[in-house]
Amino acid sequence: MATDYVIAKQVSKHFGHQQVLNQIDLTLPAGMIYGLIGPSGAGKTTLIKSILGMEAVDSGTVKVMDTVMPNRAVMAQVGYMAQSDALYETLTARENLTLFGQLMSVPKIKLAQMIDYAAGLVDLTSQLDKRVSGYSGGMKRRLSLAIALIQDPQLLILDEPTVGIDPELRQQIWTELNKLKDTGKSMLVTTHVMDEAERCDYLMLIRHGIALAEGTPAALKQQYAVDTIEQVFLKAGRMQDANDGNR
Amino acid sequence: MRTMAIVRRVFKQMLRDKRTLALMFLAPLLIMTLMYFLFQNNTTQVASLGVHHVDQSVVNVIDTKNVTIHHYDSSQARKMIKQHDLDGYLTQKNGQLMITYSNSNPTNTSLIKASLQSGLVKLKMKTLVTVTKKQRAALESQQAALKKLTAAQTQATVTKLKTAIAQAQARGDQATAEKLQKQLKQATATTSSSTQSAKATSYTTKSHYIYGSSDSTFFESFLPAFLGFFVFFFVFLISGVSLLNERTTGTLSRLLATPIRRSEIIMGYLIGYGGFAIIQTVLTVVFTITVFKIHLVGSIWLVFLTNLLLALVALTLGIFISTFANSEFQMIQFIPLIVVPQIFFAGLVPVDGMASWLQAIAHIMPLYYGANAMTAVVTKGAGLGDIGVNLLILVGFMVVLTMLNIVGMKRYRKV
Ligand SMILES: Nc1ncnc2c1ncn2[C@@H]1O[C@H](COP(=O)(O)OP(=O)(O)OP(=O)(O)O)[C@@H](O)[C@H]1O
Ligand SMILES: [Mg+2]
Repeated sequence: MATDYVIAKQVSKHFGHQQVLNQIDLTLPAGMIYGLIGPSGAGKTTLIKSILGMEAVDSGTVKVMDTVMPNRAVMAQVGYMAQSDALYETLTARENLTLFGQLMSVPKIKLAQMIDYAAGLVDLTSQLDKRVSGYSGGMKRRLSLAIALIQDPQLLILDEPTVGIDPELRQQIWTELNKLKDTGKSMLVTTHVMDEAERCDYLMLIRHGIALAEGTPAALKQQYAVDTIEQVFLKAGRMQDANDGNR
Repeated sequence: MRTMAIVRRVFKQMLRDKRTLALMFLAPLLIMTLMYFLFQNNTTQVASLGVHHVDQSVVNVIDTKNVTIHHYDSSQARKMIKQHDLDGYLTQKNGQLMITYSNSNPTNTSLIKASLQSGLVKLKMKTLVTVTKKQRAALESQQAALKKLTAAQTQATVTKLKTAIAQAQARGDQATAEKLQKQLKQATATTSSSTQSAKATSYTTKSHYIYGSSDSTFFESFLPAFLGFFVFFFVFLISGVSLLNERTTGTLSRLLATPIRRSEIIMGYLIGYGGFAIIQTVLTVVFTITVFKIHLVGSIWLVFLTNLLLALVALTLGIFISTFANSEFQMIQFIPLIVVPQIFFAGLVPVDGMASWLQAIAHIMPLYYGANAMTAVVTKGAGLGDIGVNLLILVGFMVVLTMLNIVGMKRYRKV
């Protein structure tokens, strides 16, 4: 059953006079890690929130799991990690995980097991009963990732998941993401780390709300005739600025 | 299920925040205790009054425990008040009393005023009594003379009748004799009734209080209003700030990225913080009743119910208002705007006497209905039937605000 988990068509969005998303098309099939790259303020977070139905779009449609967004029921099948950690600081990590597990309708008998799994994945098992207020920045980030994984969702939408996480743990997380992909799950990931971008199956480069380029990392490198994604990033940006200057 | 997850979270967070818990539960008790002592001893205040050339009889009646008298030799009231730091100065010209108030302390002014007034009334009564006494003596001597006269008259009638009866009987006229006998009886009866003369009646006053007792104080009569206000204030503040926190830390939009309903979040808040509001209400009410020995005329359950409804309105209002604030500081700014004015319409100033536009404002204040109902229950023993309308209006406030809150969350998620 190879369906598309996310189908976004012609999504546009503006804040005030600023066009933040300009007719973006995005299709995320099952079993794929989809990377969103682009400079700061490009509109990556806005696109993700639009897909989740948390941001009202001006035009265009978004379907997740064949359901037009926004839709409450679909939320249970999406694991979301926001760019900024949104955690209850006075609660312990376990209590945070329990709360979101309950909200995601994880069955009671499975919940403890899922907490162990998610915490183990981000290496927080020994710190589970510590209050979040005593966590470091990276620990909070890891806990946010664990929360996104708590209901074992088919689709993961991760907004800069590895910021503030050390290289070793980052390797571990990417290995796990690949494992999840192999079980048919899909991930939509934003990142500013180019070696992470290289690990994605498919990339979209957004700049000024426009989808400048998309394709597999190899195809992009070929298209721009460069060796690294970083160079794709820079070259595409320069070309866009030059075009804008011509206009 | 999801609602209960929110409720559990609210409980856990509150129980860990000891400062906030203390604020919610102990602060009302502290303030009430303070108020209790502040408003208790208002009778020990003493005003000083300077007098010059005033009849001793007048001075005697003014000299009460609330006013001390100082005698001076000057008739310049203004100067003497300033010189001796007096609250008032009383002089007399012939029969005319002249009083000058310093009025730097209105309470002392009213103490002197009251003393003077009651003193003069006492004086008037005294003269009235002496006059009446004289009048009574005159009246009594008149009455004695009158009595003698009637007695003599009756005697004459009786003898006259008796002879008439004897004559009639001698004539053998039985009918006339019987008629005359009846007249004789009536004549003797009138003499005995007229002896019940007017006895001197001395009136004494015995006061009965329908509500409260003779030691009802300002504190007691306004206590219900304050009770409602404190619950309102603290619940408003705590629920408002906690939802604001949830909004600014991003946990609210994170919550809305789960399948939870917007109404489930609001209900979770209502139940969670409502639970603490119940505890706060019970604690405050029981404390005031047992420690201050407040005379509670009505049912304590109605007090709880009214207070709880008020708390729920405060809860929903706090959540609603927090959507217009972007920081805790901005939330605090709403207190003088939204919460403090409510106390003015809670019964401290009678609403009936207000200008009509102020009365209109009163009717959009939840505390107006809540405090009215509380006062009615505590001091007059009003039943559910009497305050039912007020309670329904409070429920109305709550329902409307809850709806607004649920709709307001559409900002974060459309469904
Ligand atoms: N609520 C908002 N109101 C007004 N403008 C906004 C709002 N949210 C985002 N923007 C604007 O939209 C643009 C895109 O923001 P967005 O957060 O999507 O960027 P991003 O690509 O995620 O950047 P970064 O990599 O730094 O996270 C920015 O220029 C930002 O100023
Ligand atoms: Mg972003």
